[in-house]
Amino acid sequence: MSTQRTAPRWAIWLPLALFLGFVALVMIGLYRPADRVVTSALVGKPMPHFNLPPALPGRPGLDSRVLANGKPHLVNIFASWCIPCRVEAPQLAALAKAGVPIEGISVRDTPENLDTFLEQNGDPFQRIGADDDGKVQLALGSSGVPETYVVDGKGMIVYQHIGEIRPEHVAMLIEKLQEAQE
Amino acid sequence: MIAELGLAALWLAAALAGLQLVAGSLGLTARGASLAAAVRPVAVMQGALGLLSFACLVYVFSVTDLSVKLIALNSHSMKPLVFKVAGSWGNHEGSMLLWVTVMGLAGGFMALVEKRLPERTMLATLAGQAFVSLGFYAFLLFASNPFERLSPAPAEGNGLNPLLQDLGLAFHPPTLYLGYVGLSIAFSFAIGAMVTREVGPAFAKAMRPWVLGAWIFLTIGITAGSYWAYYELGWGGWWFWDPVENASLMPWLAATALLHSAGVLAARNALRAWTVMLGVVAFSMSMIGTFLVRSGILTSVHAFAVDPQRGTFILVLLAIYIGGALTLFGLRASTVTEGERFAPISREGALVFNNVMLSAILGIVLFGTLYPLVAEAMGAKVSVGPPYFNPMGALFTVPMLVVLAVGPLLRWRRDSFSRVGRRLVLPGMLVLAGAMALLLMGGIALLPFLGLALSVGLAVATLLPLQNRNLRRTPLAVWGMVIAHFGVAVSLFGMSSESAFSVEKLVAARPGDVTQVGPWAVKLDAVEPVAGPNWTALEARLLVRYGDDGKVMRLQPQSRSFWAPPQQTSESALLTRWNGQLYAVLGGEAPGAKAAGLGRADSRWQLRLWWKPFAPLIWIGGLLIALGGLLALIGRVAADLRRIVAKDKIVYRRERQGR
Amino acid sequence: MRRLAVMAALLLAFPLPGAPARAQEEQSTAPYAYRQLDDPAKEASAQDLMETLRCLQCQGQSIADSDAPIAGSMRSLVRERIAAGETPEQIRTWLIERYGDYVSYSPQLTGLTWPLFAVPAILMLIAFLLLRRRFSSRGEVQ
Repeated sequence: MSTQRTAPRWAIWLPLALFLGFVALVMIGLYRPADRVVTSALVGKPMPHFNLPPALPGRPGLDSRVLANGKPHLVNIFASWCIPCRVEAPQLAALAKAGVPIEGISVRDTPENLDTFLEQNGDPFQRIGADDDGKVQLALGSSGVPETYVVDGKGMIVYQHIGEIRPEHVAMLIEKLQEAQE
Repeated sequence: MIAELGLAALWLAAALAGLQLVAGSLGLTARGASLAAAVRPVAVMQGALGLLSFACLVYVFSVTDLSVKLIALNSHSMKPLVFKVAGSWGNHEGSMLLWVTVMGLAGGFMALVEKRLPERTMLATLAGQAFVSLGFYAFLLFASNPFERLSPAPAEGNGLNPLLQDLGLAFHPPTLYLGYVGLSIAFSFAIGAMVTREVGPAFAKAMRPWVLGAWIFLTIGITAGSYWAYYELGWGGWWFWDPVENASLMPWLAATALLHSAGVLAARNALRAWTVMLGVVAFSMSMIGTFLVRSGILTSVHAFAVDPQRGTFILVLLAIYIGGALTLFGLRASTVTEGERFAPISREGALVFNNVMLSAILGIVLFGTLYPLVAEAMGAKVSVGPPYFNPMGALFTVPMLVVLAVGPLLRWRRDSFSRVGRRLVLPGMLVLAGAMALLLMGGIALLPFLGLALSVGLAVATLLPLQNRNLRRTPLAVWGMVIAHFGVAVSLFGMSSESAFSVEKLVAARPGDVTQVGPWAVKLDAVEPVAGPNWTALEARLLVRYGDDGKVMRLQPQSRSFWAPPQQTSESALLTRWNGQLYAVLGGEAPGAKAAGLGRADSRWQLRLWWKPFAPLIWIGGLLIALGGLLALIGRVAADLRRIVAKDKIVYRRERQGR
Repeated sequence: MRRLAVMAALLLAFPLPGAPARAQEEQSTAPYAYRQLDDPAKEASAQDLMETLRCLQCQGQSIADSDAPIAGSMRSLVRERIAAGETPEQIRTWLIERYGDYVSYSPQLTGLTWPLFAVPAILMLIAFLLLRRRFSSRGEVQ
């Protein structure tokens, strides 16, 4: 025989409620697609300590202690094999011309390739450290090249720029550097 | 010209779907009853027109008519014919057309042969089917017209990604579509049954072959997909809990639950509301899976861009169908009683347990897949991967597998453990013995340990329903169940063995070096360049030997470079034995040799080698599951046919007697 | 990223947006990117950890099955630190400090992720209630 007992009312409508929740969730996802780049969790924290050997013979390597010399710096992570790094070269040159100290970290590179790269694209760097096995890149929470960190005079990371610096980003970076000065 | 014919056929089919919906729904009312007779022929005609339209698309692809935009974008005149044809569904528009075509054909077929249900329910079902198709027609005609022309026609097409120029990959997606379409039919049946309040054994029996068919295709699709990922990706993994994989697993989980609850409804007229609910859920999962993949909302930046327009369209369809069906369910569920009662220890009891566990696993997979989106909406990022899915899934899978060993031995309605207990002594002992042996070996993680211990006992237990039966007279459906359940045990054993006993070796080898991987000795003989039609490759010649006195065999993994578009792939080489698989991949030239100024003869090559004991059982088990489904399907359909024939005979006799 | 493309193709034959971009980058030269640790126990624990860390470049893969150079660097980092005696959880924490929860496939119990752990518990509860409800009145069966 059949019984007349059925599920409670709320249970009957529960699937519909869950489904509406799903629709709302994916609507948010569709119309406000979150930024998919992986930002470093170190922004607002001190630069980790590292000491990289020179990437080019006769040029200084990069010791993170020079970043805490009281002046804000840009730290640019780049490589000669990276195409966007060529795109951002003029902007870096402009920043260097404006008096911004730029330190370079070249990732998985060789001196010969790097030399050619700098010859073709200009050399805005004060020092270039060679990060041959990518360990410093990992220590900084960087997930690709190019990336640019704004570091204040006390060695704190105040901003991370992911991807190439385009012309429209230059003013913003200078502003960040000035903020870091204060 | 042919392209226009295809488009015209598509519009006509869409119009007929509209007619089918209107006539089907009016046919349910007293005043529109005269329209009812039109519904079945219209459904058949709609299927035929859909087929014509798809045939036109295949034709323009096979002659590479570049004035059609879709072909200019996705094909190339120099491609082999089979890939030209496969190219017709290897893109968004074509695959949607294939989908509606199969759906139309299935609807037409259903209209022709299904005579079991009350006519009103059939009308509602066909109207529901037309309603679902109509949405897809609209999507095709308004947002993704496959026959759009391009003027002027380009001189040559864009080509197809080399990855897709693989026979397996060309025929894999349609397999999954067939599964999805089968579930859409189950969905239509559920709608029809809810509208006319005819939820009973007849409904379950009419729906079951479609669910079975869909489930077989989904099983094959997932099994094949997993195997391709395994050999194509070159790192030895076979399941990654990637959103795209989960999107194909979720409909399978829902269909598995539906299959079992439809069995209860058909045999015992119980679990009515639950079965209808699962019918809706199974189809929603295939729509949600399609949505998640096509909208690009979950996959990574590098594979897909978020496409809000396409995503929105599918989302709107999803909201109309599933939202509508769930509302209908809410309104009607209170009038659908749960049906016959049964004791906890009974066949139904075991099946209910299986259903609840499958639904819980489905819930976890769905939630874990969507959670990164929830986090993104809150402005954070999380990753949910195997370390989450494996244990959480096992939480529900392990009890389910235990019940799977017992359930098929139980009687319907009411049974007792004392009756079946004795038959389970042997499997129970096997599980215990296995567990002891594994404990003595030591060093095995919890999940593989559980899997290994359970699988042996489970394999024996799943065969027990055949005990004391005349095997020749055992119905095919029982054979199907036994084989499918046995396949579960086989696959479980393969998975657990692969994760417990795999041996991995990464080496930088010089020609002549010998590496030991588990029982295998692998010698790198030489690395030589080879050339293919659109790639060049480095090929390693490996001489491998199993044990100390095995025969020497050859393995030739390649590292390929395609030039259009430029892409590197590793072609792994596999060697299968009864007790496992040797998996070899050639990586790049090891760094250091060049720097040290050594010559080419002295360079070292990176080799990745795995010995995976019993790994092939994973996919053999999957195929056994599908085979079980197939046997059950044949058994059911044959029984239905016999019944139809018998009925016709009775009618015929009566007519003669009446004369 | 290749894997994702393949999986996508497997499921729905979506047109692949060109070839997945592959930087003109050399393979990772980090010492342990493609080399195992000599101690099998340490290698096993490194492997287990690598399978639960997400490749930052390819995003859909663990670092244990990716050819991306940064995945190689991460593998080397994991192996070197394990060899130096760090525990897998210390290394995971170190990476999460730098990349956030995103880098770990194994969600940690935090204010953000608690629902992931609550849902299985809720499902257990619902399953229990459903089954109990279903079977509470066994006496009625004739």
